[in-house]
Amino acid sequence: MSFERIVIFGATSAIAQATARRVAARGVRLHLVARDAAKLEAVRADLAARGATVTAAVADLDVTTHHAKLLDEAERALGGSIDAALIAQGTLPDQAACERDFTRVEAEIRTNFLGPASLASELANRFEPRGAGCIVAISSVAGDRGRASNYVYGSAKGALSIFLGGLRSRLHASGVHVVTVKPGFVDTPMTAAFKKGALWSPPERIARGIVAALEHGGTEVYLPWFWWPILFVIRHLPEAIFVRLKI
Amino acid sequence: MRSWGNYPKVEHAAVIPLHWRHLGLPRIEGTMLPSGLARSYGDSCLNEGGTLLATAGLDRLIAFDRASGVLRCEAGMSLAQILQVAVPAGWFLPVVPGTSQVTVGGAIANDIHGKNHHAAGSFGEHVRRLELVRSDGTRRECSPDSETALFRATIGGLGLTGLVTWAELQLRAIASPAFEVETMRMENLEHFFALSEASAGFEYHVAWVDALARGGDAGRGVFIRANHSTVAEASQAPSDSHLAVPFDLPAATLNRHSVALFNAMYRARAPRHWREERVPYSRYLFPLDGVAHWNRMYGEPGFVQHQCVVPRADAPSRVRSILEAVAAAGDASFLSVLKVFGDREPAGLLSFARPGVTLALDLPMRGAQTLELLERLDTIVRDAGGAIYPAKDARMSPGTFRASFPRWGELEALRDPAFSSSFWRRVTP
Ligand SMILES: Cc1cc2nc3c(=O)[nH]c(=O)nc-3n(C[C@H](O)[C@H](O)[C@H](O)COP(=O)(O)OP(=O)(O)OC[C@H]3O[C@@H](n4cnc5c(N)ncnc54)[C@H](O)[C@@H]3O)c2cc1C
Ligand SMILES: NC(=O)c1ccc[n+]([C@@H]2O[C@H](COP(=O)([O-])OP(=O)(O)OC[C@H]3O[C@@H](n4cnc5c(N)ncnc54)[C@H](OP(=O)(O)O)[C@@H]3O)[C@@H](O)[C@H]2O)c1
Repeated sequence: MSFERIVIFGATSAIAQATARRVAARGVRLHLVARDAAKLEAVRADLAARGATVTAAVADLDVTTHHAKLLDEAERALGGSIDAALIAQGTLPDQAACERDFTRVEAEIRTNFLGPASLASELANRFEPRGAGCIVAISSVAGDRGRASNYVYGSAKGALSIFLGGLRSRLHASGVHVVTVKPGFVDTPMTAAFKKGALWSPPERIARGIVAALEHGGTEVYLPWFWWPILFVIRHLPEAIFVRLKI
Repeated sequence: MRSWGNYPKVEHAAVIPLHWRHLGLPRIEGTMLPSGLARSYGDSCLNEGGTLLATAGLDRLIAFDRASGVLRCEAGMSLAQILQVAVPAGWFLPVVPGTSQVTVGGAIANDIHGKNHHAAGSFGEHVRRLELVRSDGTRRECSPDSETALFRATIGGLGLTGLVTWAELQLRAIASPAFEVETMRMENLEHFFALSEASAGFEYHVAWVDALARGGDAGRGVFIRANHSTVAEASQAPSDSHLAVPFDLPAATLNRHSVALFNAMYRARAPRHWREERVPYSRYLFPLDGVAHWNRMYGEPGFVQHQCVVPRADAPSRVRSILEAVAAAGDASFLSVLKVFGDREPAGLLSFARPGVTLALDLPMRGAQTLELLERLDTIVRDAGGAIYPAKDARMSPGTFRASFPRWGELEALRDPAFSSSFWRRVTP
């Protein structure tokens, strides 16, 4: 499959940047959306210098009521209909603070679930009649099972994974592809505070997997692949045992 | 955080990754030091007890004019990343070291040199402008004609003048990504100087020396010279490295016997008359990059490099004395490299590369015995009016440093007060 016009939401994310770089040299058109103008300009210039045609728009993606307008803008900037969209924005909540204050939980669910789900819906409704297009959204292995240490993030990502799964089934016959990306631990600004070990990957490795899934019609991809067997075990542990584990 | 030589081993209060050049310096207690890919061997890229600013996340291009070859990028971009973009467009870095795994910021801070110093000078000569962020909150755009003093001090400034956030480089045009390489066996030091003289028409030349050879054989080795190929062909992307040394090998892996065997085999493969071949740039320029973490061959104790430059006039006798001292100590230097630098004005205040002859030795760290040998080598270099390279150093004395870099006080005056390094505190107590 070849993709000519690509839109990236949360384009200043480390994983999104690494993904965009992999395709930039092919001379694609990219439209970038992110909330921080200075970061966005740095990313735009980088991709343009690598050979892509790049446009950009600043937007807070939590505001779902603006999403339709953002997509209109993207199509205008790209000079035609969108071939592929990457939804990458996300935040890693302070779990302890969320436990004390539920308004934080609501905000996290908005950023990590409602925003991405709204964009995916809007894209689906435009792609479906055309019978073409690819929606790639970054969920997480954290969404596969609720854990004490980060179940707010996990539940938002879990909801997103289920939403994307349903969307994939809905669009299956139409020829529109939906890819759920489930990275494990990735060394990015989001995880700057964590001690890194053998299970950690650089964003470039995740980017390679995302581009491969885009090109080969992946559906639900664990990145890197070794997270699949790990999560297989975690998903199948009996709850009675799982609740005792400090993970 | 370790430097490439795995010696010395120090602890830092914090390592803070930087990702965005428009954000200021982090507010911290104590001192900070920018860190690139830690390819410096000793302690010039370390800041014991202080903070390291990890710059590898500042790896964006800012602009690349494919018509003029002017490239502006963030300072954490590696030379390998630049070549990936530049080579397919017909451009090459004007100066590269023996590994592509160094950042632009690191290349500037040590004002690095390559096998083409005689033709192209040091890295700093090709820097058109750079931005420096200082702890007083200012951003200074420095170039050969604005903020000149700070510009000269930052080139070869060992990371002490502030954080370089971006730099603009002038690349050089190439017709092909390949090199035309000529190799020949070298019999001794006289032969080295004769071959260097005879190779003025080659943009790149360097010799590998068998540091175990003594007497009339001293300086025997292999001489390699090259030019960028002019035969246009499809550009080849350098392949990802697949070989790796997974962990520290036992310290005894590299001993004088294994090194002697390697040296003999390597020399035996080199012909008596020029052998010509066309090779990909990565194989010619960065042969060691094919084996990730090769420094682990030296095991847990690590290793030290000793790279000096001595004035051209009495270079033959000084180089001979150094090689004799090493051979007499029975120490085995695995990678010994000899090169004649060009007669060029150094680009920075504390640039190492200067007119003369440079010799680099790799020695496994064996404690006091190694340190004493290196001290003897320093004495030879100081007597000759030469200098020791900070990028490779973990132990030179303050006296040797000051003799090598008499203008060090000018750098100290321009040093950002919040910046320091283990190296700087050691050589300027
Ligand atoms: C196999 C090998 C071969 C080599 N060959 C050569 C050679 O041929 N010629 C040569 O000259 N050198 C050579 N070197 C040494 C190497 O080029 C230098 O040590 C180089 O500076 C390393 O760059 P780095 O990005 O790893 O920086 P580091 O080693 O991490 O740091 C080096 C210095 O740069 C400073 N610095 C880094 N980034 C910034 C920034 N953004 N702003 C301000 N200061 C900064 C640091 O504070 C430190 O003082 C070689 C090293 C290896 C491992
Ligand atoms: N890193 C990991 O270990 C890991 C693991 C699994 C999944 N993921 C997921 O991977 C995706 C990318 O994250 P990353 O690791 O690349 O981290 P990152 O670099 O911190 O990227 C997250 C990005 O989301 C943006 N963002 C957050 N809220 C936004 C909003 N309301 N509107 C617009 N943009 C918003 C952030 O913008 P600002 O920079 O302006 O804040 C940031 O650029 C996320 O969805 C994350 O959940 C990461």
